[in-house]
Order: sequence, then structure tokens, then C-alpha cells
Amino acid sequence: MESYRGEHRSSRDSFSPWKDKENNENWRIERGQFPWQSFSAWEKQAIMSQSEIVKEFLIESYENLDRLDRDLVNLEKNPKDPEAMAGVFRTIHTIKGTCGFLGFRKLEKVAHAGENLLTLLRDSKLTLNPERTTALLGMVDAIRQMLKEIESTGQDGEIDYPELRERLTRLQSSSAGDSGVVADSGVQPSSPVPPEYKAVDVLPAQPILEAKGRDAAPETIRVGVNLLDKLMILVGELVLARNQLLQISNTVEDTGLQAVSQRMNLIATELQEEVMKTRMQPIGNIWAQFPRTVRDVALGCGKEVEIEMEGKETELDKTIIEAIKDPLTHLVRNSVDHGIELPEVRLQAGKARTGRLILRAFHEGGQVNIEIGDDGAGLSADRIRKKAVERGVVTPEQATRMSEREIFNLIFLPGFSTAEKVTNVSGRGVGMDVVKTNVEKIGGLVDLQSTLGRGTTVLVKIPLTLAIIPALVVTCAGERYAIPQVNLLELVRLEAEEASTAIEMVHGVPVYRLRGRLLPLVYLSKELKLAANGDHGRTNDDAVNIVVLQADDRQFGLVVDKINDTEEIVVKPLRKQLKTVKTFAGSSIMGDGKVALILDVLGLAQRASVVSEARERSVAEKASESAASTADKQTFLLFAGLGDSRMAIPLSTLARLEEFPVSQVEMSGTEWVTQYRGQILPLVRLAVVLEERRHRLHSLQAPPVADSGPLQVLVMHHDGLSFGLVVERILDIVEARADVKSKATRPAVLYSVVIGERVTELLDIPAILEIAGVNKDYSGLAAKSAGVAN
Amino acid sequence: MAHTSQFCTFYLDKLLFGVELKTVQEVIRSLEVTQVPLAPQVVSGLINLRGQIVTAVDLRRRLEMEPRPAGVPAMNVVVRSEDGAVSLLVDEIGDVVEVDDSTFERPPETLRGEVRLIITGVHKLNDRLMLVLDTAKASDMTADAVVTAR
Repeated sequence: MESYRGEHRSSRDSFSPWKDKENNENWRIERGQFPWQSFSAWEKQAIMSQSEIVKEFLIESYENLDRLDRDLVNLEKNPKDPEAMAGVFRTIHTIKGTCGFLGFRKLEKVAHAGENLLTLLRDSKLTLNPERTTALLGMVDAIRQMLKEIESTGQDGEIDYPELRERLTRLQSSSAGDSGVVADSGVQPSSPVPPEYKAVDVLPAQPILEAKGRDAAPETIRVGVNLLDKLMILVGELVLARNQLLQISNTVEDTGLQAVSQRMNLIATELQEEVMKTRMQPIGNIWAQFPRTVRDVALGCGKEVEIEMEGKETELDKTIIEAIKDPLTHLVRNSVDHGIELPEVRLQAGKARTGRLILRAFHEGGQVNIEIGDDGAGLSADRIRKKAVERGVVTPEQATRMSEREIFNLIFLPGFSTAEKVTNVSGRGVGMDVVKTNVEKIGGLVDLQSTLGRGTTVLVKIPLTLAIIPALVVTCAGERYAIPQVNLLELVRLEAEEASTAIEMVHGVPVYRLRGRLLPLVYLSKELKLAANGDHGRTNDDAVNIVVLQADDRQFGLVVDKINDTEEIVVKPLRKQLKTVKTFAGSSIMGDGKVALILDVLGLAQRASVVSEARERSVAEKASESAASTADKQTFLLFAGLGDSRMAIPLSTLARLEEFPVSQVEMSGTEWVTQYRGQILPLVRLAVVLEERRHRLHSLQAPPVADSGPLQVLVMHHDGLSFGLVVERILDIVEARADVKSKATRPAVLYSVVIGERVTELLDIPAILEIAGVNKDYSGLAAKSAGVAN
Repeated sequence: MAHTSQFCTFYLDKLLFGVELKTVQEVIRSLEVTQVPLAPQVVSGLINLRGQIVTAVDLRRRLEMEPRPAGVPAMNVVVRSEDGAVSLLVDEIGDVVEVDDSTFERPPETLRGEVRLIITGVHKLNDRLMLVLDTAKASDMTADAVVTAR
């Protein structure tokens, strides 16, 4: 078996340069077990394969250890799961066997001590209690440490963890009276585990078993991340060459060439997508460690916490996964440490003894949302408000005017979170500002919702990938710059004659009135010290292009020479020579093969001192904003009404957005219905409801046009009735204040409001149901099934 | 027999420089450079090397020499560094020369300052001197990165 493996590997690796392997070989040579010079070529290959085995052993063991963390924590809660226990046992047994075989004696000793304990647990001679779990987890940590040592030095280190082994041995005798007997049988050779020396014999069989297991599993192979990165670079280059080819083929009258370049175009696009996919990883990979984290923190502060995970399979780019690992860990620790109360407190408050921590991940609008929620004490707005005033973060007047949500978000301010006292009172840990900074660094957002006594939920929104981002490309002084779309709010173009009056000066600082509010203007050419248009004394016949950007809490207008287009760009990091330049976040290659820099909007804002003074000002501004509003903000779903009009419903009335192909629509009398989640969902057509009465009858009876596109359906529940509202087009989801109202002009409308600068009609849902005449008898039935569906 | 090594040579303002051949990834004709505003002056900009974005270091500036006369296209000597490839901009490419240790000498004491860190020594060739460059030092400006164009 071994020689087979050796040959197999050598054929696979026959071109890998020997030089690169030297580092891995060192441990062998140092040990002096084999005089290097006397090796035959075959032996060299055998040893090379040995180092390959070590590598593989490391990779597999790391993965197994991660699973062990999870399994052990699960087992602690549910000790009667024989299969999980057998799995844990098998993993440790494999590690022990393999390292015995590879000559890592210290590691073997540690694993052996753990294995003995596990034998007893597996055979139900002992039960898993917190103490034993802790010891076993300690063993996992020790093994991990030693594996790291092997990875870097080739040896399993100096320490053989005598205390840990002693503890593991001691725990083999339970504190109960009959423990002595039990423990004895554990260390006897009669135990089902083969003793140490036998492990060597056992191991060679392992690869065969694994090989079988792999046949059954989906076909996967391990590929180095470097290779994937390289593929990504090459694909980027291919896309570039493709772009050039397309340009040429457009100028040449050659149908053959055009056909080939079109084909190439399609292939390159598809290839790019597929390669991007190889970099995606499920978020479960980093969540896997959280049960362990939660357990340790909870145990440390005497709490009982249950962790639930939803959407583990949600995929994210590898680089993002790495970047959010620490912030998420911090939030999880925080929730357990500060959010969830002690068991007694919980019982007093009428809650279950065990706190719940819920992790949720899901895709939404090209972004990934991650929620970390607990059912703990929640934040007290009053206390934070008081502390904020005490610390001078806001003035008392501002504080009283701030909404609860704004108050909660104060804990993300740096001054706030480092203040020990405040955080203890507010119930959140140190370093929320670090969480926020780290998430924002990758173009994400953090938001926090909390109800006193009910719990806190932190929402983290992050882009799917950092490798390719949508960006706005602008030109300034002849060079192109890319602005990440996440920072972009809107574009304003001032025609020449307008510009001279619209841009006003506040003591030499240019500002523009954007919907009545002063927007500070930053000239990109000036900030970057570009030659042309250095002074903002522009020639009069030039239009001014303002890119309105969001940096931190602050908005500012960036004046550029030209706005080119939005593009998906491949982000490449800047090398260390340019790391000091804070105004750029990276670079990218444009369609014509030239390099363009990606602006770091926050860095730019800081350079232009837009942000430095922003903190207090923005807080003040927000306060006045919320004071000015009579109604709180609401989230609306916008969709196209008849003609050019816009309509909205509060998002809270919406259950789901669905798309049904026309073929799924069935006729029930004159009514459109569809089968939806095991019930019959009546479909109400907005267009029909809004039409004049005399036309309605005719339209009502018409079946759907067969070849039209899928129907956009808003699934809603009203008064125990589920129905789908068919609309022409869904426009957007916006947060807005519905405080500018005017009377309705037609029956299906409650009133008109101004959302996003446009008059928008708010639908009257009960009225619509009545107009549509959704059968009342039928609604009773539907109500029942709706109850089931939800 | 003395130890020999190969050098890739190039010219900067008539001076002959050499970098160890094994550190050189490739030598290419002038490429379009994207300037990086606010960057340290020695950074000439970024170039697209077959899909890889490489920082171009103006070696003349790095060595505190006169700027390259206008209209003279620079050549790129792309060297490997810890942090990926870096392109050194030079005037003209010379030959690959093989030298042995016997012709090497440390730089004269009178060579001072930052330059002394970059020029590790001199090989006395038959007809002229070849200044040996430490490519890692030449492409690393963390030391003087503070001196930006601000």
C-alpha cells in the first residue's frame, strides 16, 4: 500500500522542483535517520511522498479537529449520541495512529491519553460532563498547537503536555464510588482500542477505507489557493484579450473572425463566472468554531447558551470570509458575555434558563446579510443616552431628540466602546468600533437593533465578493479612477451656466445645495495634486460633475472632470510601496489594458478633512433630522403602477416576493390562481384593479398571455387571507418618511406620499381585495391554509 | 576556482549596474505607466504586466540621480520580491555578464547615505565598473515612504 502511494504521488508530482521540497525535508535530515547521499532515486521519491503524507496528514487533521470542537460541544449537550461519540473517537484514533506511524511521539502520547478517556466514554462506562469536555477540548487545542509546530519546524515540539495528560488520565476515574473499576478496565489491553504499538498495524488499512468513502462522496479534490488566485489572474487577462479582440473584429469585415470572437466572448464570460465560483466558500466554515467559542465563554461566565445557525451554506468569497471572521467572533463573544443574562436572572425575567444565540446568513440583493441575535437583556437606550451625554459625545438636547436606533448606534463610536464603564452599563463589550471599522473596510455595513429585555440583533451586510466589485469609473486630469459603488449615493451634473451660481463659497470652501442641504465639495484633481484644474477656478464653459459619496456618516460631493460608466472591476491590492497612500484602496485593469486606481472614499474624505469633524456634526445633524420628522422612518416596497406612476406598500405588509412563470397560473372561474406552498393563492392583478370599471370585466376574464415573461408577485397576508398581487415591475425597497401626505385620487389608494423625490401612491390593501372581489367564503378556507403555511 | 555568478546589467545615466540574474523575472520594453498621485516620488506608477499589476520604481530617483531626460523611454527590469514582482525602470539594457568573486569589492567608504544600502558593491570588469544592486532594498521604500509628494 505504502509503495503504491509513493509511486502514485511521485508520478503526480514528478515535475515539482526538488528545491521547494527541501524545507519540508529538513526534519528528516536533521533527525539523521537516513544519510541523504545514500538515497537511491526511488528512495528519494519515497521520502518525498512521506513529506507529502505529512502535509496531507496536517490538512486532514486540521479539518478533523475543527469538527471535533463542534462534535464535543454537541456531545456535551446530548451525551447519548453513540454515533457522534464513535466519530470523535475515530478521529482521535486516526490522528494517534498516523502520528505514531510518522514518528511524532509527543503528539501520539497526548492523543493516546485522550483516546483512553474516549474509549470509556464511547463504551458508556463514563458520561461526558463539562469537566471531561473541557479536558478533551484542551487536548484538541494541544494537538492543534503541535500540528502547527510540525507545519513550521517539521517536529512535534518540545512540550508533551504532562498536566493535560495527567488530567485526562485522572478523569478516567469518575468521582463516583464505582469509578475505580471502570477506570481500570479502560487502561487494560483488553479494551477495544488496540494498544499503541498496534496502531501502526492498523493504520495502513485506513487509506483503503478512506478511498472507499471518497468514492461514495461527491467528487472533490484539494486545490491550493495560490492556484485559484493564479487562475483568477489569468482569466482576468483572458477577458482583457477578449475585449481587444472584440474591438478589432468590429473594425474588420470578416464574418469568420466575428463568429470566432463572439464565441470566444461567451466562453470567456462563462469561464470567468466559473472561476469566481471556485473562490466561494460557505460561511459555515467559520461558523464551525462558534459552538466551541460560545461554550467556552458561557462556561467562563456561568451562563447557559444554545447556539442556532441558519444558512450555513450561504457562500462568500474566500477573502471576505477571512476578513469577517474576527468581527463575527467578537460579536458572538459579546452576545454571550454581555447580551445573555445569567440563568437566575433569566428565570426571574420569565425567560427560559438557557439563552439563545441565533446566527443567520442569507443572500439579499447581491449582498450577504449576517445576523447575530440573542434573546438577552437588550440595550437600554436611556442608559446609553445618559452616558453619551456624560461623556460629552452628544449634548443633552441632541440626546433627547435622537431616536432609539441612533442612540444604539452610538456604541459603535470609538470613544464610546473603549470606555469600560459605559460598555458595562450598556451591556456591550469593548471594541464594537473595531468590528464596525473592519466590516466597513470590506465595503460592509453594521446595524444594531435591540429591545430592552428582549435581546439584541446585530446585522452585518457585506458584499459577496471583493475580487470583483461594481464601480463607477470617472476621469480626472486624463487618468481614470474607479469609485466603489457601495460608497456612491448619486450623481449631479451642473451645466456650465448653472455651475457658476450653484456652487457657493463658505469662507473659501466650496459647497453645493443638494435639496436644501449644504454638501461640501471636494475637487479630486486638487486632492490628488493633479496638474490640470488644480485650482477650482474652472473654465466657464465646463459642466461640473459631482459624485455624491458617503464616507462614514458624512456625505460629500466629489468633483471630477468626467463620469465614464459603471463597470465590474477586478480588484488588485496595492503593493507595500503604495500602502502608505491612503486615498487608494487598490488598482484594477481596465478594458483597454491600462491600470486604473480605485479610490478609497473614506481615505479621501479624511484627506480632505470631510470626516474628521464629521462625528459630532453628523450626530447633531441626525438629531435635528429626526426631530424634524413627525413620523418615524418606514421601509417601503416601490413598484410601478399604471403608466409612469409609482406605488408603494409598507414592507411590513409583505410576506414574500415571488416570480411565477405564466404557465403556473390557472384559472378558477374568472379568477387567476396559482398553487403556492400547498395552497391555492388567488392572484390579484394591480393593473385590472386600477382600470376603469367598464374595462374591468373584460380584462378579468382574460387568461394570461402565454408567452409573456414571469409574473412579479407580492405575496401578502391580510386579515387571515393570503393573496398575491401581480405588479408590472418591482422598483426598489427604500426607507423613507411618509409625512408628506395628500388625499387619494382613486379608490385603491390610501394617500399619496413623497418618497425619493417622487409622488408615490400608497396602496389600500383592504380596498383592493374588495375591488378584486376575492371570494369571501373562499377566504375562510385560505385563512386556514395560510395558518398552516406560516 | 572562485565562485561565479551571473548578472543582468543595465545603464542609468552611463553608469553600469548589475542585478543578480536569478532575481530577474523578465526584461520588457517600456509599458504604459499609470501614475499614482500622492505616492512616494520613487514610485513611477503601476504597469499591467499580463494581468498582474506591478509597481514601477524609478531607479534613477531611487538612487538620487538626475531624472531621466524627457523622451527617453524607460526599460522595465522586472525583479521578484517578497511582496510580488516589482519593475525597476532603467535607461538601457546591457548584457548578461558572468563574474567571479575575485573581482568584487565593497563600495568605497566615501559612498554615503541611502544609496550605500542599495549598492552592495562593485565588480571590476575589464573595461569598466559594474555596480551591484540589492533589488530587495531598491524596491523597498518603507524607510523613506514617509517622504510622499504631499
